[in-house]
Amino acid sequence: MTEIGLNHFLIVSTVLFSLGIFGIVTRKNAVMVLMGIELVLNAANINFIAFAKYGGFGYQGQLVALFVIVLAAAEAAIALAIVLNIYKTFSTVDVDQIDTLKD
Amino acid sequence: MTEQLLIKFSILILFLPLIGFIVALLFGKRFSRIYLFENIVLFISFVLSVILVYAKLAYFIDSTITSEIQWITVGSTTIELGIELDNIAVLMILVVMIISLLVHLFSIAYMKGDSRYNRYFAYLGLFTFSMSGIVLTHNILMMYIFWELVGISSYLLIGFWYEKKSASDAAKKAFIVNRIGDIGMLAGVLMLFITYDTFTFDKIFDQISQGILPFNSEFWLTVTGLLIFCGAIGKSAQFPLHVWLPDAMEGPTPVSALIHAATMVAAGVYLVVKVFTMLTGDALFIIAIIGMLSALIPATIALTQNDIKRVLAYSTVSQLGYMIMALGVGAFTFAFFHLITHAFFKACLFLGSGSVIHGMHHEQDIRNMGGLRKKMPLTYATFLISSIAISGVPLTSGFLSKDGILAGTFAFGSLTGHWLFAIVGFLVAMLTAFYMFRLVILTFHGEPRNKDKYDHAHESPFIMVMPLVVLAGLSFFFWYTPNPLDASKGWVVTEWIKPPQISVPENARYDFMKTDILAQDGKIDGYPVSYSQKYTKAVHQAHYPAMLLSLLVAGLGILMAFVIYQWKKLDADKLALKMKPLYNISYNKWYFDEIYDATFVAGTTGLSKLLAKFDLKVIDGIVDGSATVTRGTSTFSGRFDNIVVDGLVNFMAYLSGFIGLIFRRFQTGKVQTYIVMVIFSLVILLFIFKSL
Repeated sequence: MTEIGLNHFLIVSTVLFSLGIFGIVTRKNAVMVLMGIELVLNAANINFIAFAKYGGFGYQGQLVALFVIVLAAAEAAIALAIVLNIYKTFSTVDVDQIDTLKD
Repeated sequence: MTEQLLIKFSILILFLPLIGFIVALLFGKRFSRIYLFENIVLFISFVLSVILVYAKLAYFIDSTITSEIQWITVGSTTIELGIELDNIAVLMILVVMIISLLVHLFSIAYMKGDSRYNRYFAYLGLFTFSMSGIVLTHNILMMYIFWELVGISSYLLIGFWYEKKSASDAAKKAFIVNRIGDIGMLAGVLMLFITYDTFTFDKIFDQISQGILPFNSEFWLTVTGLLIFCGAIGKSAQFPLHVWLPDAMEGPTPVSALIHAATMVAAGVYLVVKVFTMLTGDALFIIAIIGMLSALIPATIALTQNDIKRVLAYSTVSQLGYMIMALGVGAFTFAFFHLITHAFFKACLFLGSGSVIHGMHHEQDIRNMGGLRKKMPLTYATFLISSIAISGVPLTSGFLSKDGILAGTFAFGSLTGHWLFAIVGFLVAMLTAFYMFRLVILTFHGEPRNKDKYDHAHESPFIMVMPLVVLAGLSFFFWYTPNPLDASKGWVVTEWIKPPQISVPENARYDFMKTDILAQDGKIDGYPVSYSQKYTKAVHQAHYPAMLLSLLVAGLGILMAFVIYQWKKLDADKLALKMKPLYNISYNKWYFDEIYDATFVAGTTGLSKLLAKFDLKVIDGIVDGSATVTRGTSTFSGRFDNIVVDGLVNFMAYLSGFIGLIFRRFQTGKVQTYIVMVIFSLVILLFIFKSL
């Protein structure tokens, strides 16, 4: 039984990041895209904590992780508001159909 | 009486007629009696000029009063406006004012009923203003300006009846011929200016007497003097520019009296008098020759003319030639004296002819007159007195001045050996006497040749006769000298008119003008000394022979006139037939107009035609050619623009459109696509940077 090291954390965070990107790219529902973003952020958080612990950076990494959580909360609030506005404008939250940028 | 007061007077004299001109011109249409205003200001000017002359001669007889203001200053050069009052100027201004006033009065009656009555007086005012300006100015630039003003006002007056083609032609002729002389004068003025950096007479003469000459040579001083004299040739109608004056008789007759007898034409002589001190011996000699020709040729023409005014016009040219000749031979005093006396009796003759023309209801041909003595006694008497004066009969002013001039030419002959001037002088004196009495006899004596016109003839009204009487009165000797036979005893030529100090270098003068020891009191045997004792003595010696000879020739001329026209001992027509070629030359005015038409006028028009052709063919050809070339180039460049440049631009647009079409595909508008691309490119970048 090997000890849990930095690589395990990085693997977890990579998996989490990939799942997040996958969600962002493939999901049709805007809310699901948002959730993907949250996953990506949390993957970054795991990296920060892991490097803080194993990289010898002290509490700085944890501090940044706390900031990211706060940031994520704020981001969620704003993004949900945007989604709400999108729904009001286009009567849908399907991101495939919102392609007015093209024109 | 202070000098300042005199200056103020002369400024008033100068500008009052101008005010009259402006007022009469502006309000002439609204107020029909505005001409009275013009007459009144002129009368004030006249009174002031009388005071001016009296004060000048009584208190400042030996001094020259000048006053000037700065006009333009450029660098170190200052051009001044100024007034110079010497004896000659004040005498001249008095003559101008007397004649101008009398002509104004005469015109009131003569011009009555004219549709442009007020305008006529306005022009008279302008003319008087310009003439006074010439007389009073102290620098040659101002003189030139007034010179041109006189030119333009004479143009207006000669062409006053411009509905008549002959009048407007005559006005144009006078103006253009004058212009030819004025070009020379302008050149002379500029020569003086570039040499002396000033226009003021005194300063120029000062520098000349210090030996500063144009281009440092006496030759150029001669040239400058002659160039300025060109102005006098034009204005004083001297040979060869005399042709305008007889034609100028198309103007109203009082105008002829004012302009062509007494003032404008006298301006040329006045100019020569003014610059006399800077004329070299050579220049004076040429001036004398021009004067001699101008005296002789018109006198011969006057013998055969039939228009009463034309006879007088040629007589004027002849008399002006006399004065110029007198100046040329150095008889300065008598030349100016003759200018004064001639102004009066010639104005009287012209106004007299105006009176005759008025009385005969605009008949000017003496062949249709005769016997008018009974109908117009006062006109006859004054005309006769003036004719006697111009012929040079004792007791008249004309005798005094003419005698002086003849004595001058006589003296010149004895001093230099050039007797021709004296011979021509006496010959012209005889011709003058002859044609003047021919005129008098044909007009006033004998039987009326045109009964109808004679019956309707009448004496002119008082306001026309009065000026005649005044002018005839001024033709007597006692105004000028107490001795009816010798002007040298009188005040005019001894006290008032004095020859100037010659300022040209000694070796450029006539021999007799060279400085020698002058008599102590400036007089020899009671005679005034001018230039040198030698000259004075010569004039003194010449005086009595000249007087006797002039009496003889005048008597001869008058006698011949009576023999031919009064007593008809000789038939004029037969005489004319006998001397057919001579008569033709004289009758056709020596063919001057024809010669000028054939040479100068035809030459000018020919040259103009040639130039017009050159213009049409060559210049227009060049212009057209360059236009064609430009058009061709433009067409080519237009094509180039359309095909090459536009093609390039269109191609670029098409290309970018094409590229856009390709890249457009990538822009799906879906955020997720973009993200995929971002991540994809990020991964690529990561690989690239990893390998670095």
